[in-house]
Amino acid sequence: VEKIMSESNKDHKELIHLLHDAQKKFGYIPADSISQISRELKISESEIFGVLTFYKAFALKPRGKHLITICLGTACHVRGAPMIIDEFERKLGIEAGETTEDNLFTLETVNCVGACALGPIAIADGDYHGQMKMREVDEIIKKLKKEQGKDS
Amino acid sequence: MMDEFNATKLDEIRAKISESRKAKKTCITVCGGTGCHAYGCLEVAEAFKDEIKKRNLQDVIDVRITGCHGFCERGPITVIQPEGIFYQRIQLKDIKEVISETIINKKIVNRLLYTEPRTKEKIVLEKEVPFYKKQRRIIFGNNGFIDPTDINDYIALDGYKALVKVLFDMTSEEVIADIKASGLRGRGGAGFPTGKKWEICREVISDVKYIICNADEGDPGAYMDRSLLEGNPHSVIEGMIIGAYAIGASLGFIYVRMEYPLAVKNVTMAVEQVKHLGLLGESILGSEFKFDIHIFRGAGAFVSGEETSLMASIEGRRAFPKQRPPYPANEGMWGKPTNINNVETWANVPLIINKGAEWYSEIGTKNSKGTKIFSLVGKINNTGLVEVPMGIKLREIIYDIGGGIKDNKKFKAVQTGGPSGGCIPADKLDLSIDFESLTKAGSMMGSGGMIVMDEDTCMVDVARYFLDFTQEESCGKCVPCRIGTRQLVEILTRITKGKGDEKDLEKLNDLSKSIKDGSLCALGQTAPNPVLTTIRYFGDEYEAHIKEKSCPALVCKDLIIYNIEPEKCVGCLLCLKNCPVDAISGERKKVHVIDQELCIKCGACLDVCPPKVSAVSKYTGNKKDRILKKASRQRAKK
Repeated sequence: VEKIMSESNKDHKELIHLLHDAQKKFGYIPADSISQISRELKISESEIFGVLTFYKAFALKPRGKHLITICLGTACHVRGAPMIIDEFERKLGIEAGETTEDNLFTLETVNCVGACALGPIAIADGDYHGQMKMREVDEIIKKLKKEQGKDS
Repeated sequence: MMDEFNATKLDEIRAKISESRKAKKTCITVCGGTGCHAYGCLEVAEAFKDEIKKRNLQDVIDVRITGCHGFCERGPITVIQPEGIFYQRIQLKDIKEVISETIINKKIVNRLLYTEPRTKEKIVLEKEVPFYKKQRRIIFGNNGFIDPTDINDYIALDGYKALVKVLFDMTSEEVIADIKASGLRGRGGAGFPTGKKWEICREVISDVKYIICNADEGDPGAYMDRSLLEGNPHSVIEGMIIGAYAIGASLGFIYVRMEYPLAVKNVTMAVEQVKHLGLLGESILGSEFKFDIHIFRGAGAFVSGEETSLMASIEGRRAFPKQRPPYPANEGMWGKPTNINNVETWANVPLIINKGAEWYSEIGTKNSKGTKIFSLVGKINNTGLVEVPMGIKLREIIYDIGGGIKDNKKFKAVQTGGPSGGCIPADKLDLSIDFESLTKAGSMMGSGGMIVMDEDTCMVDVARYFLDFTQEESCGKCVPCRIGTRQLVEILTRITKGKGDEKDLEKLNDLSKSIKDGSLCALGQTAPNPVLTTIRYFGDEYEAHIKEKSCPALVCKDLIIYNIEPEKCVGCLLCLKNCPVDAISGERKKVHVIDQELCIKCGACLDVCPPKVSAVSKYTGNKKDRILKKASRQRAKK
C-alpha cells in the first residue's frame, strides 16, 4: 500500500507544473485541460479546481491581448502606486483584475516585482515602466493601441 | 558523461579558466539585475560588444553581464575592472566615449561618475562610493564579477572549493559543528540557528530526507533573494549540496516565485550546468555521495513562503500551513524529514566552510553573526540592496549608505520585516540591527525589506495597506486570521475615511491580540504587527484621523482637498486639460479654480503643475474646512 501511496503522491506533485504549462500555453486554464489533467493524474476535478483557484498565477478566463500589471509593493505604495492604478482603472474603464470588453487590455496587480528603485512601476506586456507619473498612463495605453492598429 | 570527474579535475578546470582569462586584462561589467534590465542594460552591453568588435579589441577586452550590483537607483551600472571604475546611468550614446577615453586613453569620463550629493565630489572607484563604503559585501560582493549564466565564472572565483573540502576532508558531523560554531541563523525571518536545525534533521532516522531552498520571497519591498538567485545562483546551489551532505538528504528543491522570471531562468540554467559537470547526481566528484535538485515554480501565494505551506505546495496541494509539531525536520514533505532554509542562508554556507567558522563569527554581534542583506527602498535617495554587518546602527544604513531621505524631507519611520514586521520611528534611529533588538522594538528582522517612510507617508494608511495585504493572502484555514484581518481592514479603512470613533483603537488592540493567539502559522501570528507598532509609535496620527478627521500626512483621500493657490497660478491650462473629470475651470493667464464637488482627488493637477509654479496644494483639517466653506459661499453668490 505504501508503494501505491508514494506513487500517487509523485503524480500529485506534477499538478502545479502542469497547471503552469497550461496557463503558459493558453493564457488561462481551459475547462477541458482540467478534465484531462484529472484523468492523467487521477485527481478529482474538484480538487484541481481548488488548487488552481487558490493560486494567483492561474486564471479561468482568457486574458486580453495586452496585459498591464501594476506593482503594489510597499515601496511602490508609498511612492504613489494607488494613484497610478486609479488612473489606469479610469482610463480603461475596468477594475483591476478585469479585461476590457473589446478583449484588448487586462489590468492586474502584483504584490511586488522587486524593482523597488523604479517605483511606482507598471509592466505593459513585459516592458517595465518605472517611476510612473499619472500622465504617462495614457501614453502607455495609446502606445499599445497604436501597435495593435499596426498589427491588424 | 564524465565518469572520472573528481576534485583534481575541478582544480584543473579552475586553473585553465584563470589562464584563459589572463589575456583579457580589462573587463567591462554591466549590471544585469532586474532594475538595470528595466533601465536598458542589455542594449548597453550589446553596444559595448559592437564597439569593441569594430575596433578589433575583442581579444583584450571582455564584456560581462553580471548579477546585481545593488545600487539600483543609479542603473544601468557599469564597472570597469580591474581598476573598479564606476560609471552610472550610462546611456547608449556614452559607449563610444567610454571605449575611446577610458579604455584606450585611460582617462575618466567625468559626467558618468557618481556625484556625492552633499559635497558635489565626483567619485571614481566603486569601493569609494559612500553607498558601498560602509557595506560588508561577503555574500553579495561576487555578484558584480560573475556572469550568472556561466558556471566557469563561479569556479574561477573558488566556486565549489567548499564542496570539495566537505566531501573529502570533513564528516557530516564536522560540517554541522562548523555551521553551529559560526553562529549562522536563518535569514528567512525567524532566525533559528541553522546548525541546530540541520542537526535535528540529521538525527532523525529515515530512508529518504529532503532539503528545500525557500526562494518564495513574498514580502513586498524585499528582493535580495531574487538578486542572489539571479546573480550568483551557484553559491546557493553549493550551499545546498553541502547541507544535503551534512543532513544526509538525497533530493533538494528550490521553490522560486514565478513573479521572478529571470531568477527562474538563471537558477534553472545553473542547475543544468552543475549536473552536466557532475557536481550533482550519482557519486558527486567521485565520492559516494549522491544528491539531486529540482526547481519548483511557485504560483503566486504569499502564504507559501511559510515552511509547512511551501511543502504542501510542492506536494501539489493548496498551500495550507500545518500544525507544528511535528516539525518538518521530523515529518516534512510526504511525511519524510525535511530541512528548509532561505536563499541567503544557503549562500552563507560555502563561505563559512571556506573561511572558517571563527572568521565568520567575528562579524556581527553576540547573538547575531555575519552580515544581512537588506533591500533599502521607499523614500530614500539611494535605493538598492545593501549588505551590512549585523549590529550596524539603523542611522548608518539610512543616512551613510542610503544617502538620507528623498527631496530633503523629514524621516518618519522605517518598516522592516514585511507584512509581519513593524514600523520603527525616528527616535529609534540608533537601534542596533540584529534579531533581538528589532523584535524588542516591536518589529522583526524578517527577510530583509527596509522600507523608508517620510513625512508624506500616512501611518494609518500604511497599516491599512499591510492588513489589506495579509487579509488578501490569508489562506483561510484559521478563523481568527481569516475573519480577524478582514475586521482590522474594515476598522482601519473607516478611520482613513474619517469615520472612526474613539473606541476603534481599543478594538484594534483587542482584535490584534486574538489574531496573534488564534493562528497556526506566522502569517496570522504576525499579521497585526503593523497595526500594533503604528499605534504604539504614531498614536497621534490615529487620533488626528479619529478626532479631528484630518490626515496630517495629506494622504487619505477622504480627509484632504486639492486647492489651486490664486497667487501662484499662472493660468497655463495644464491642470485644466489633464483633469479627468473636468472639475477645473479657468482661462489662459487667469487663475484656475477646482470645483470641490466634482473633484475626485486623483492628484493629476498636482502631478502636472510645473515645479517652478507649484500652485496646487493639499489641505486637511481646519484649513480644508475653511477653503470648503469659502467655496460654497462663492457658489451661493453665483
